[in-house]
Amino acid sequence: MPIQYYIFFCLTLFSIGVIGVLTRRNAIIVFMCVELMLNAVNLLLVAFSKMHHAAGLKIAATSTAGIDAQIFVFFIMVVAAAEVSVGLAIIVMMFRNTHSIDINFLNRLKN
Amino acid sequence: MSTLEILFYALSAFAVISAAMVLISKNPIHSVLWLILVFFAISGHYILLNAQFLAIVNIIVYAGAIMVLFLFVIMLMNVKSDNEPQKKLFTKFIGVLSGGSLLTLLIALVKQTVQLEGKEVMMKEGTIGLIHPLGKALFSDYVVPFEISSVLFLSAMVGAVIIGKK
Repeated sequence: MPIQYYIFFCLTLFSIGVIGVLTRRNAIIVFMCVELMLNAVNLLLVAFSKMHHAAGLKIAATSTAGIDAQIFVFFIMVVAAAEVSVGLAIIVMMFRNTHSIDINFLNRLKN
Repeated sequence: MSTLEILFYALSAFAVISAAMVLISKNPIHSVLWLILVFFAISGHYILLNAQFLAIVNIIVYAGAIMVLFLFVIMLMNVKSDNEPQKKLFTKFIGVLSGGSLLTLLIALVKQTVQLEGKEVMMKEGTIGLIHPLGKALFSDYVVPFEISSVLFLSAMVGAVIIGKK
């Protein structure tokens, strides 16, 4: 499978996430769209790692080229899990204070 | 068309349709369920790329833990789907337009890149995605970041508890 197909697919998922962030007002949905973008990038990293691995195997048969990208993806998942727990705690706190999860309430930070 | 290609196209279409449904559905719980389907499709892609460890971790961490957290929060808040504030139609249109132009721009950019031409992604074979080489690399070259990530989890836990208690 050519790498371009994977890039197109991941770009589509990423753009859907961007559109979600721009068009929805529910804070949880916006947060979920951020997760979607994160996942699209993860998949692209794995696809690039396999492309790199295929090139490395042509040079040496026992090459482990491309393994770093998969470890990066693992660490991205670790950070995403931590990020979601703190982010959802912030959303819950915001809901307790304003009884709404509309992100337009957050513009009071302006004043 | 080979089986791999059919699987690739089917999983991609499934993922894109589910991702669009995340945005379209009015009920936040439906959005979460559609997002879980997207994560399963992406795990399927990982399996096609023979990244088996990441496929399992993706299901456990994303579809298992994170999405359950989202569901819990939505059910705790008891948000009514019918009185959810909507953005103005014009703002929505502008949002879709800018997202679509971002996609078009990036696709045009990738299409002209000569460095990517003829590069093939290795599917179904290759050993780097298996748990044995990954574990070896994780506990030899990347052992310090691995330990630091445990500190990160600890701080995230403390932060979530402190924010939640206020």
